[in-house]
Parts: sequence; C-alpha cells; structure tokens
Amino acid sequence: MELIRNRTGKTPGRRRIASFAALAATVALIATGCAGGGDDGGGGSGAEGEQTITFIPKQLNNPYTDVVLGGGEEGAEAAGFASSQVVGPLDASASSQVSFINAETQAGTNVIVIAANDPDAVCSALEEARTGGAKIVAFDSDTNPDCRDVFISQVVAKDVALIQVELIAEQIGGSGEIAILSATANATNQNEWIKYMEEELASNPEYADIELVAKVYGDDDDTKSFQEAQGLMQAYPNLKGIISPTTVGIAATARYLSTSEYKGKVALTGLGLPNEMRPFVKDGTVTEFALWDPAQLGYVAAFAGKALADGDITGEVGDTFEAGELGEREIGDGGIVIVGPPTVFNADNIDDYDF
Amino acid sequence: MSDPVKTAPVPERVDGTTVLEAEPKGRTGWARVLLGRDAVMIYALIVVIVIAMIAVPRFASPVTTGFLLLDVIPVLLIAMPMTLVIITGEIDLSVASIAGLTSAIMGVLWQAGFDIGIVLVISVLAGVVAGAVNGFLVAVVGLPSLAVTIGTLALFRGLALVVIGDNAVANFPPELTAFFTSKLGATGIPTVMVGVVVVILFFGVLLHLTPFGRGLYALGYSQEAARFVGIKVARAKLWLFVGTGTVSALAGVYWTLRYSSARSDNASGLELAVIAAVLLGGVSIFGGKGSIPGVVAAVLLIGVINYALRLGRVSDVVLIIVTGSLLIASVVAPSVFGAISKWRHDRRVHRELPQATTSGAASA
Repeated sequence: MELIRNRTGKTPGRRRIASFAALAATVALIATGCAGGGDDGGGGSGAEGEQTITFIPKQLNNPYTDVVLGGGEEGAEAAGFASSQVVGPLDASASSQVSFINAETQAGTNVIVIAANDPDAVCSALEEARTGGAKIVAFDSDTNPDCRDVFISQVVAKDVALIQVELIAEQIGGSGEIAILSATANATNQNEWIKYMEEELASNPEYADIELVAKVYGDDDDTKSFQEAQGLMQAYPNLKGIISPTTVGIAATARYLSTSEYKGKVALTGLGLPNEMRPFVKDGTVTEFALWDPAQLGYVAAFAGKALADGDITGEVGDTFEAGELGEREIGDGGIVIVGPPTVFNADNIDDYDF
Repeated sequence: MSDPVKTAPVPERVDGTTVLEAEPKGRTGWARVLLGRDAVMIYALIVVIVIAMIAVPRFASPVTTGFLLLDVIPVLLIAMPMTLVIITGEIDLSVASIAGLTSAIMGVLWQAGFDIGIVLVISVLAGVVAGAVNGFLVAVVGLPSLAVTIGTLALFRGLALVVIGDNAVANFPPELTAFFTSKLGATGIPTVMVGVVVVILFFGVLLHLTPFGRGLYALGYSQEAARFVGIKVARAKLWLFVGTGTVSALAGVYWTLRYSSARSDNASGLELAVIAAVLLGGVSIFGGKGSIPGVVAAVLLIGVINYALRLGRVSDVVLIIVTGSLLIASVVAPSVFGAISKWRHDRRVHRELPQATTSGAASA
C-alpha cells in the first residue's frame, strides 16, 4: 500500500463539480421554461363553463364501492359533466381523505362527491373546498351536515336496520344469541344502523327472546373480518346468528361459515353484494340478505351534484331535481335525499342481479 | 536463501515507486458540502419540484405549499428524533401509537371539560412517559429496541382504544383548530411550521453541533468503543427515546387539531412512513451515519412526489409503489456506487502496478 502515493486530491472532485454545474444549468433552463408554461396553465384554468365532478369513496378497490362509482360515472356522463374522476385512499382511515379533498380544491373541481370515513375529520378540508366554489355532495356515509350541501342516502337508515333484524329473527326462529360484525368502529352509517337495531331489539316484544351478545369490527378488511367471525364462534358457542351490515364483512363471514362445522347451523344475514354472495346462497350458508342497488346511489349523487353546480337547487328542504332515468328526487329533512327501498336477495331472485 | 528473495525486490520497488492518480477520498471544504449525500438529496428535491411545476397543472401555487406542508408535518416532526435514534443503531416503532394515544387522551380530557391548556400539557406529558417507558426498557434493562418498540406499538395503540374506545371527539375549540390550518400571510406556509422549524433546529443543533450529538455517531459504530471514550450510553439512549415519545406526542396533538378529530386509530401506520423517510435521507439502519438536512430533504421529497401525483390524480397504488422503489433505490445506490469505485480502484492498481501485483502473487 505504501507504494501507491497520491499526487493530488483535487481532480475527481473538480470533475464532479463540473457535472453538477451542468445539472444545475439544466435545471435552471427547465425552470425558465416552466415559468412560461405556468402562465399557459393559469390561462387554461380560467376558461370556465366545463363542469367537473370528482368522487372520493371511503377507499379504493372495494367491490361495493366499485359498483357505486360505476353508477356515479354513468350518472356524471348522463348529467352532462365534462369530466368525472375517482380518487381516494387505499385504507379507510379517518384522515386519509383530507389530502385528496385538498388536491381537488386546488384542481378547481366543481362538485366533490364524498363518502366520509369520519364525519368531522374531513370537515375543514371540505369547508376550504366550498370557499373555493365547489359543491359538496355526501353519499353512502354522511359528513357533519354543516360541511356538505346534500346527503344522498341509500335508503332510510331505520329501514335498513329493521330489515336486517327482521331477516335474522326469521332465520333463527325468533330466539337465541346473535352478534353484529361491522366495518370500522367509527363508520357513520354502520353505527347508525347498529343503533336502530339495538333499539328495535330492545323495544319490539317480538324480539324479546333475541339477545345481542357481541359487536365486533372487521374494519372492512377481508382477513380481519374472517378472523373476527372465527373469534365470535369460539367465544359464543351458543351463537345462533350473525348480522354483518357491510359487504366485506358478510362475504368474509360467509366464507368462514361455509368451510366450518357451523355451516347451515349459524344464520348469517346483513348487507351483501349478490355477485359475492351467490355461491354462499347456493350452498346454503346464507338464506337471505339485503341491499339496495348501489349503482343508483352514485347515479343520483351525480345528478344532485349537477343540480347544485347549475344553481337549480341549493340543498334546502323541499328542493327537487331530476335524477335522469330514476325520475324526480326531493330533498328531505337535514338535506337528505333517499334513493330507494332495500331489496332482499335469496336463492330465488339472486340470479336476476349482476353487481 | 529466502532472505535475498524477499529483500531484493524492496529497493527496486522503492526506487521505482509509482505515483498513481489520486483516490477520491474524503472531500473537504465546499466540495464536501456541495457534493455530499445531503446535497444530492436537496438537488433531487429541487429537480422533483421543478418537474412537478412543469408537468402537473396548478402545482406551482402557494396553495400547494400550504397543503403539502400540512400533510408532511407529522412525518417531518417525528423523523427528527427518529434520525438520532437510528444513528445510534436503535429504532422506535411505537411513535405512531404514541401519537394515537396522545390523541385519545386529548379527546377524553377535552370531553371531560378540562381547560384546553391543561389538556395539551397532560397529552404531551403522556408522550414523555410513553417514551420513558421505551427508554427504560432499552437503555436500563438492556432489551433490543426492535422487540421493545414492537411491543409498545401494540401496547400504546391498545391503551388508546381503552382510553377513548370507539368514540371520536370532534368539538375542539374552533379558534384552535383554525389556527392549526392557518397560513402565514400570502406565502401559503402554515403557521405551525414555525414550531416545526424550532423542532428541526433543536435536533439539528443537538446532533451536529454538540458533544452529545457527535457521541451518538460513535455510539452507532460501536457501543463498546463509545463507552470507553466516556459516552454515557444508557443515559443517551434513555433521553433519545424520551425525545421520540415527546415529539410523537406533539405530532399527535397536531394530528388531532388539524383534522379536528380525536380517535384511537389516528396516525396509524405513520411509523413506517417516518422510517422510510429517515432511511431515504441517508441515515444508515445499522447506525453511525446520517444527518438532519438529508432527512428533512427526504421527507419533503416524498411529500412533493405524493402531492404532485395526487394532484395529477394518479392512483394511490402507483404512489406507494413509487415511494417503495425510491426507498429501495436509496438503500441500494450507495452500495452500487461503493462497488463500482472499488472495482475501478482495483483495476487501476492492476493496470498501473502489474509488476508489483504479479510478483507479489508469485512470491506468496
């Protein structure tokens, strides 16, 4: 090693400085080019008249959400929006939607349609969007009513809750232990339904022999829901029925039951997608479950957004708007628009539906 | 007979000493500042910002500064003490859970009717205590920090659920929540950035300009050696974990007030975002290497890429793939460059000293 002597430590460093100088020069050139481009962009955004709509679901890649959004995009096209977009987080956490709302605010979107993961966490971001001129339509899961113009609800929350209680009572013969497997612990819609279910079970004498023994949360995660279902069966050996008011939860629970000794012995109902539930209805794991047509939800939301953006309605109680082929809808108390009654699916009619 | 063989080549070599071109060793002065790992991160950040300004419509506006900084503040805050922890060769995975626990405690105390000042003080103290628990187990009991903080990651999140349950508390004072999203004049820079800059400066000065901070590098290379030169290893580690706990609590407070929602699942998964940013910033996961400016640039780099892609309505799926690839590239690149320069060095030795090498090999 002593044979190798350094002459000087400068040369390679200089070469590197030169290459960085070249890089810096390139950056500077591009930056100057950008200044010109920026002006063009500003001018382009000034051209109004074309309305845009963006849907922000609770999370992407959820089969139910995909159907809702499919209806939404169809509705957006039918209602006459120039462009419709879908953006959203991969996880259904409270704060994950905020940065998407911010980006839409900045993009100058005319109508934001959102299913809130948390009614309050999205509020300040939505307020900023409204200040920027955007109209806010909540669908599926409501935000704080102060932060949106209208809320498009699938059905009357109480009806959804009652039909599930009715189905489970029928399937377990009117008495025994039941449990609820929900989505996330903070989901607005889930908690509202569960509240109505609990009230109904407590107040209706027909359900006096039914005992709600547990409420568990699968977080709309397939694996977690599966494990929660498994846990329920172990913790409550006398369990006779499970209500899962979420499509992910009911599918995961059905999958668990269908491969376990409880198949056909423990009843399962709730809100599910016909395409996902078809095998379990055919193999006898599930007798009947309910849901509305989710595509209609997105469809009506798009038309409500259009009516708001055009200034035809302001979100006041009693305002009406045309929802394309579904006909007229009226805004009810609290700025809520109801899409339609829930449908009950069983072995006889499930093949008539494809979603 | 072996003596002449051995001694003979020596004068020859001394006579014919070959002078090679310099090896690129450690740089000094400005070259070191302008061409170091930190500088490269900063150049990368500038390049990405410029590209985003050109390619993404509406990116070039003060609104971007505001939203972008509000998004990165929690990661930026926690990355500061995390840098110090990782430089010492330890890790703290419980940071996001501490933020969640802080958020839960804030919610419950506020709902119970305490004064907001008291709520804030108790919440931050909770973070200090949580950090001290980690620190005690790692520094005093001597358990590996990876195991300890995986445990407390679950423990603190569990405590958060016990404290606040399924509830969410949202009715924080509007003036306070408005303050947390307010901007400094027309610059678009959030007011809370002032506090964040103080935290960055604190940890920057602590790491780079104090004997304590320099000692952390020694600690990261070799605990034994650090102990022999008089660094109080256990005490340093304990304080570092108290530091991550405290700053995580601050991040939890920020999260709660920015989103005006106190919930048990706040900030979940944030620890991975923090560690990814710290490693991208040039901190070695094995300890001993890293700097605050590099980490700050890395946090902003990830933030800018995410924001630009989001503004361009690129799916989040692409976004996490980009972040992941970036992280791997940042870890792989130094080893690749290291291998290349070693290969070049070897080749030069072979080319310019063929005699010495071959004769050395022959005599061996």
